[in-house]
Amino acid sequence: MSPGGKTRVETRITRRFAALKEEGRSGFVTFLTAGDPDPDTALDILLGLPEAGADLIEIGVPFSDPMADGPAIQASSLRAIKAGMTLAKTLDAVRAFRVKDDDTPIVLMGYYNPIYIYGTEAFLVDAKEAGVDGFIVVDLPPEEEGEFCLPAVAACLNFIYLTAPTTDDERLPRVVENASGFVYFVSITGITGTKSADAGEVAGHVERIRKASGLPVAVGFGINTPEQAANIARVADAAVVGSALVKVITDNLDADGKAAPETAERVLVRVSELAEGVRNA
Amino acid sequence: MNKPNTYRGGVDEDGHFGIYGGRYVAETLMPLILAVEKAWNEARDDDDFWAEFHYQMKHYVGRPSPLYFASRLTEHLGGAKIYFKRDELNHTGAHKINNTIGQILLARRMGKGRIIAETGAGQHGVATATVCALFGLPCIVYMGATDVERQAPNVFRMKLLGAEVRPVTSGTGTLKDAMNEALRDWVSNVEDTFYIIGTVAGPHPYPTMVRDFQCIIGNEVREQLPEHEGEGRLPDSVVACLGGGSNAMGLFHPFLDDESVRIIGVEAGGHGLDTDAHCASLTGGRPGVLHGNRTYLLQTEEGQILDGHSISAGLDYPGIGPEHSWLRDTGRVEYVSVTDAEALEAFQLCTRMEGIIPALEPSHALAHVAKIAPDLPKDHVMVMNMCGRGDKDIFTVAKHLGVGVTEE
Repeated sequence: MSPGGKTRVETRITRRFAALKEEGRSGFVTFLTAGDPDPDTALDILLGLPEAGADLIEIGVPFSDPMADGPAIQASSLRAIKAGMTLAKTLDAVRAFRVKDDDTPIVLMGYYNPIYIYGTEAFLVDAKEAGVDGFIVVDLPPEEEGEFCLPAVAACLNFIYLTAPTTDDERLPRVVENASGFVYFVSITGITGTKSADAGEVAGHVERIRKASGLPVAVGFGINTPEQAANIARVADAAVVGSALVKVITDNLDADGKAAPETAERVLVRVSELAEGVRNA
Repeated sequence: MNKPNTYRGGVDEDGHFGIYGGRYVAETLMPLILAVEKAWNEARDDDDFWAEFHYQMKHYVGRPSPLYFASRLTEHLGGAKIYFKRDELNHTGAHKINNTIGQILLARRMGKGRIIAETGAGQHGVATATVCALFGLPCIVYMGATDVERQAPNVFRMKLLGAEVRPVTSGTGTLKDAMNEALRDWVSNVEDTFYIIGTVAGPHPYPTMVRDFQCIIGNEVREQLPEHEGEGRLPDSVVACLGGGSNAMGLFHPFLDDESVRIIGVEAGGHGLDTDAHCASLTGGRPGVLHGNRTYLLQTEEGQILDGHSISAGLDYPGIGPEHSWLRDTGRVEYVSVTDAEALEAFQLCTRMEGIIPALEPSHALAHVAKIAPDLPKDHVMVMNMCGRGDKDIFTVAKHLGVGVTEE
């Protein structure tokens, strides 16, 4: 009997991790904020991600008060909101992506309030129809899973639970009890993009999370370079890079803070470099 | 909604008041929140903890604060008998210190050596910096960059008290962003840090813990009113202003199950509820999730949080304590709003009539008292919480009255 992860839901996520296991390598996961720096540029980037080497795509849903995020993702969220991005338009972007790509898994990552305001039932129906495979909602710990996490799994989507260095062995079984798809390990005690993960420490945590959940473990929050991504890929099932990609957008805006002709291309080049780091690990 | 058996039953074991409250925080913080809850549950049942709390309340804060019959104001309004609960006479000039004393005692009990806090107008920051000086603990206060500019005297006070004030430029640089930044600090310093939240909001157990510290206000009123009005006399109404809602909860909670007591909370109406410039989350917002709890919030159609506006920086928060949201929906407490202009008028009325310069926050409560008192019978006893003194506000008031006063 495998511990944890009672509910086995098959999605593009579970299929992709199974395929990666066959290939004998770890996955590379990108995080970018929907609609950053504007909806059109963001869609160009999104459509180019699989070819650039993203095995799984996390799309950040912009929120005015991203409490777990560092300065880079905070700024990207505010840029996107200012450019008119909403949760409904995020689903439109997923629909546009699915016309071109029906295999790469998409996880929406964000905070609960926009989903709550959209209406959880309607959102699950619309997200599934749009081609979303799973959700990471930062401010929904297992203590608050009843309203959205469990219904998501019941709707045959994955809800990805976060674990942290502060999640001790006593608490861990509760956190992964209803986990599906994969488990996300927040590799630092801190906010996104502010510290660097230590691969040695991460390895121990990944091992205990795999054991408790029986699921693949993706690691994120503190990975910035191809070398770091490679180090994490050696000990985890997937490495997630977010802030470092968002910073490429920030660094390639024109004087008015608008996208430049080369913005999307620069981001995709960085994705390729990071993906290569993971593949050669 | 069915009427509950008691309005004072607290929360369910997961920290919910009906659909409100809860623990909407990232997993990194969850074990820390659970540790605070465990420590608080033990402290709450420990007589020694309360003995130390009450010792500090008496000898350091200067409690009990007087319950004062405002005779000239009563005569002027010509209706209800108006009493002020004088929490503006506390050390540091507001009710905030009731809570910071309680939380720092808990932090010490937990062996935490580093204190963080958020502040808007600076009152909670000053109250936190004060207790950190008292107990010799390092103190970091997050304050929106806009507020740092607007509230220079309080920033200097905090620095004099030994605190480090970190201006917050993220988001819109106001109180909600200061709270985001304090939560980010806590996630980044999990081992040694205790977060002293300034109001009855945030993840469980903060709303109930802060309430329990502030209940000293209402409990004293219960004991003091018979001195004026005879044995067993309860107020007919109690009135308080709300930003996050801690002074109001402290006054209201001890009276929730006394059906004869009418309870009124007054929100900051800014330029009016028909404009975008107000802070009335209960009367002009809708339920959402922010800062660890579900509660009424000012937000857009898409669930993005809005900045509030009020002449009073202490009421300038887009949320409200979750227990107030529950009390609103159950109908036990009436929530109303008054505008900047009305508060400013009440500020002047009180100053001239009673020789008490109120803070702009309780000036909102006072404005509502002035609205309803004239139509109430002369034996109606009304208690309003004078939760802060107005020295900090004289420059703001001078500006609005078009009077030149320099801070030098």
